[in-house]
Amino acid sequence: MGKGMTISEKILTAHTGRETRAGDLCIVPVDGSMATDTTAPLAIKAFGEMGGVRLKDPSRFHLVIDHAAPAPNERIANLHSLMRRFANDQGCALHDIGSGICHQVMVDHRKVQPGDVFMGADSHTPTYGALGAFACGVGSTDLAAVMLTGKIWLKAPATIRILCHGKLPTHSSGKDLALEAVKALTISGATYQAVEYHGTAVEGLSLSQRMTLCNLVAEMGAKTGIVSPKGLELPYPFEATYADQDAVYARTIEIDASSLRPRIAVPDSPDNVDDIERYQGTRITYAFIGSCTNARHDDLRVAADILRGKHIAKGVRLVIAPASRQVLIDALADGTMQTLIEAGATLINSGCGPCVGSHEGVPGDEEVVVSTANRNFKGRMGNPNASIYLGSPATVAASALHGYLTNPAL
Amino acid sequence: MINGRAHRYGDNIDTDRIIPGKYTKTLDISSLADHVMEDLDPHFKQKFRIGDILPAGDNFGCGSSREQAPIALKAAGISCIIARFYARIFFRNAINIGLPVLEVPNHEIQDGDALEIDMENGIVRNLSQGDLHQSTQLPKVMMDIVAEGGLVPYLRKYGDYHID
Repeated sequence: MGKGMTISEKILTAHTGRETRAGDLCIVPVDGSMATDTTAPLAIKAFGEMGGVRLKDPSRFHLVIDHAAPAPNERIANLHSLMRRFANDQGCALHDIGSGICHQVMVDHRKVQPGDVFMGADSHTPTYGALGAFACGVGSTDLAAVMLTGKIWLKAPATIRILCHGKLPTHSSGKDLALEAVKALTISGATYQAVEYHGTAVEGLSLSQRMTLCNLVAEMGAKTGIVSPKGLELPYPFEATYADQDAVYARTIEIDASSLRPRIAVPDSPDNVDDIERYQGTRITYAFIGSCTNARHDDLRVAADILRGKHIAKGVRLVIAPASRQVLIDALADGTMQTLIEAGATLINSGCGPCVGSHEGVPGDEEVVVSTANRNFKGRMGNPNASIYLGSPATVAASALHGYLTNPAL
Repeated sequence: MINGRAHRYGDNIDTDRIIPGKYTKTLDISSLADHVMEDLDPHFKQKFRIGDILPAGDNFGCGSSREQAPIALKAAGISCIIARFYARIFFRNAINIGLPVLEVPNHEIQDGDALEIDMENGIVRNLSQGDLHQSTQLPKVMMDIVAEGGLVPYLRKYGDYHID
């Protein structure tokens, strides 16, 4: 072929030791893998049923208790105990309650690096594409196979390029850009494919904002999502993998970031995205700042800047779940958390919180929620009779302040 | 050969609707079957007989990676799912746990149709409409996993992946 390669093709080629192009079936050595309290119990069970006795490499496998943590009932408490016992027996890492959301924990603790192949038993694992890793979500049995063999089978994906021109306006963020991209591609538009973000609008984005971009490729059905490492700053030296100039893309989507106003995903699908102006004034009773999408230090600071010296509207509750213990420490150290709590926010444990409907803030019937999370499917937060709008931290904070959906740019 | 009655569902059936997150944290498989599809169709449990078939539209099983979704459908006694296409994690999970799934683009199966499925050759015969559909071919490694009844028996037998 002699054509250039995408970032995914380069990473897979480096791992398989032979030229790997879109469409090639390959068995890939995995640099790191992870499971949570939703997926690990089934993975541990499948690992045993496969004949697994010892993990292929305990140093590369991580367990995180984040989805229902601390345990809300005895059933889940026993699953957590099973994970702790397994980690103890196998000598692998166990990130217990309060450590944070699996994806933030992996990045905070440098368990995933640029150029890695990473498999996580959680659909938002592509988040690590912010670092330039090839990271995919898998189910429990695929993960058990990684635990046993250190490998995964994959079809190398074709890649969709998302070119983001210009520069985001002050009150628009990576979340607004990500939602616009989900709208453009739809909830199934990147199925079996990789997504690569390029362009001036993403070059200036922080690691946190890049994580938001990659996180939401799950809502396009993508296998993985990677932000071109141009402009990426990490607190350690790293080797960046760039796409070739003549890389072959399945298609290219172009977004003019300069004119991108704050977005909102309307119930009940994350690709049901619109300009928030059209929903300005919709009454809300519950605002949530959390999840692997948007609960990092910069997200909390944006919210604090909007709420500083003010108080959330009467009849609204604002729940905040920092993405990790490190995020919480940082937000305590610079006063961000104090500002938010003084404004009436309720701080809950670092973890997935109410995003996945298991505990810590299930909405009531007919309630309207505005959330920084990633999914607004019916019943997502534990009640099919509530409706969920998704927006940026700025949008959620401004909406909590006023008691209705609010454009933070106004 | 699978014979059963079709209960047709639409596009983009997400895993939150197949099995809500509040029920997923368990190793008790029968408790998953109790709540399968309840937010999508409150009458699902009454409607379905063991062995019935679930045809759907595009992107079946999108969203979460929870393997509890295909496990719940299998535990509820669904004999086969036929979608125009699947979300990728759900599709892998279903194959891995041994739930029969076929990808049949452009199928027009209606609610209540009587179907006869030849899993080995991927042929869906619609006895009510009198037509026949061929499923898309799986990659070799997936066919081998299907042949063993899932990824657990596959790896118990081979100990590792093999691609010719």
